[in-house]
Amino acid sequence: MSASVANLLFLYAPIVVLMVFSFNASRLSAGWQGLTLQWYRLLLEDEALRLAVQNSLVVAVVSTVVATGLGVCAAVGLERHPFRGREVVEGALLLPLVIPEIMMGVSLMLLFLLVNLPLGLITVTIGHAAFNVPIVLVIVRARLRKLDPSLEEAARDLGATSWQAFRGVTLPLLMPAVAGSVLLAFTISLDDFIVTFFTAGPGSTTLPLYVYSMVKSGVTPAINALSAILVLVSMALIGASLALQRR
Amino acid sequence: MAESSVELRDVSKRHGDTLAVDRVSLVIRRGEFFAILGPSGSGKTTILRMLAGFESPDAGDILIDGRSVRGVPPNRRSVNLVFQTYALFPHLTVAGNIAFGLEMRRVPAAEIAARVAEALDMVRLQGKQDRLPAQLSGGEQQRVALARALVNRPAVLLLDEPLGALDQQLRMDMQVELKTIQERVGLTFICVTHHQEEALTMSDRVAVMRQGRLLQVGSPRDIYEAPQSAFVANFIGRSNSLTGRIETVNGLRCTLRAADLPAAALVAATCPAGAGIGSPATLMLRPERLHLSADVQVDGYDNMLPARVCKAIYNGSETQYLLALSDRLSWQVLVPNVGNGQKRFQPGESVFLRWRADDAVVMPE
Repeated sequence: MSASVANLLFLYAPIVVLMVFSFNASRLSAGWQGLTLQWYRLLLEDEALRLAVQNSLVVAVVSTVVATGLGVCAAVGLERHPFRGREVVEGALLLPLVIPEIMMGVSLMLLFLLVNLPLGLITVTIGHAAFNVPIVLVIVRARLRKLDPSLEEAARDLGATSWQAFRGVTLPLLMPAVAGSVLLAFTISLDDFIVTFFTAGPGSTTLPLYVYSMVKSGVTPAINALSAILVLVSMALIGASLALQRR
Repeated sequence: MAESSVELRDVSKRHGDTLAVDRVSLVIRRGEFFAILGPSGSGKTTILRMLAGFESPDAGDILIDGRSVRGVPPNRRSVNLVFQTYALFPHLTVAGNIAFGLEMRRVPAAEIAARVAEALDMVRLQGKQDRLPAQLSGGEQQRVALARALVNRPAVLLLDEPLGALDQQLRMDMQVELKTIQERVGLTFICVTHHQEEALTMSDRVAVMRQGRLLQVGSPRDIYEAPQSAFVANFIGRSNSLTGRIETVNGLRCTLRAADLPAAALVAATCPAGAGIGSPATLMLRPERLHLSADVQVDGYDNMLPARVCKAIYNGSETQYLLALSDRLSWQVLVPNVGNGQKRFQPGESVFLRWRADDAVVMPE
């Protein structure tokens, strides 16, 4: 009991401190000088920040859609259509989960330079889709494994083509897992810094990159306010994702 | 229209190293309730899956309504399967499950509604159309699976261990119900089961399989009373056996001398085709065909052997006696409990066993 309390303190105390100080009237984070909402107001007026938020959302939406499509296909292929060398393909698909993210960022950047793709929103989106595919794959496949394969056979027996059987039976039953992985992939994309750092170019600054550039010119309470918002949004999305997967 | 509903011509199927189905040929008539009976691993389910189109034969051909179904995918066969696990779609209601096949075939909505209502009626599930499968009992789920298949009016309905998941009482009710429904719709039903009672009660004909081979096909009565092999005799019902050599042949009758009986004992039986003096043979005798008496009586029975009661087991409707005929031979006898001062034998008592020659089946080895 006391161990878990200590654990929670260790994990959440910095975040709580950060949130509390986002309401601090002092320009310096050191002392408390009364409540204010001026830092949140400041954020609303920041044009560069608005652009960063927009970039982040575009990248998150597009990369999540791409990763979900690919991940669901890979899960169905691996689980329902055994083929020679399946283990190798599976290992290769799951590799991004275990290699250090910085390696992935560097190698993606090198690849884009090699094929002469200018760094920008497109490259960031490709990078995010790449690390989100295995996440979707793992979650959807776990659900698929629990489905009785005879359900799909029953649909085929009742006159459905393979596609109709997938569309009418398998996919609806996979929906909680798909929705859960969409939220998780969206959150991870929204929060990603390292891969984004290596694959972003001029004009493709995302929210985490923007926070980083603000920090370089000194930690202001405005950063606290922005971080507080990011943390709350991420926690809400992950909570929703877990709730969906439990269904 | 072809007379046969389903025909298997020399069908073989290999699963890895084992021959799951070994050169099976079979003709199933239109409107027949046909059971394929066998222990697990006998190849019966593989045959069903080949008929449904989930597997294809390695050799031979399958004809449905006189046409080869080679290369025809499951969704384009006029065959429907009731799965052992029912495989009801958990996200669809009862009505949604039943309508699935009609929707896939683009039947007009008004007709779908009418046929779903008719199917619900047939399986007595009126008023439950909006439930989800998880809200139904096992017996109700079974009936939804049946309705979902029947509503498509297939040429052949396939049933995979249809009553396997039900408890004993429900199983007996459903046996009668399935048979009634089959007679009403007049479709060909092919039922795979390892449960011999199910096969005997419901079917017009039964095929017995073992290790991929077809052993015998016939009416339940043929299969039970005239088994052509020791496996069939023992798999369907209980059976006593006696091995020996044919001693004399006299027209349709023969006598058998058994190694496990005293030298003086000769058993009279019906002579099997192709058997000669001296050929080895096995005699099979159903436990309910044997009669017990305390003293020597001959009245109309062809055979009488002395025995000792080892065990008497009271089963309610009948008493099962385990008897020792010699040191090496024990048989069982079923005596219906008819009351009225019926003689009850105790373990250790000496009794006489009697039976008619044509109650036993003799099979040449």
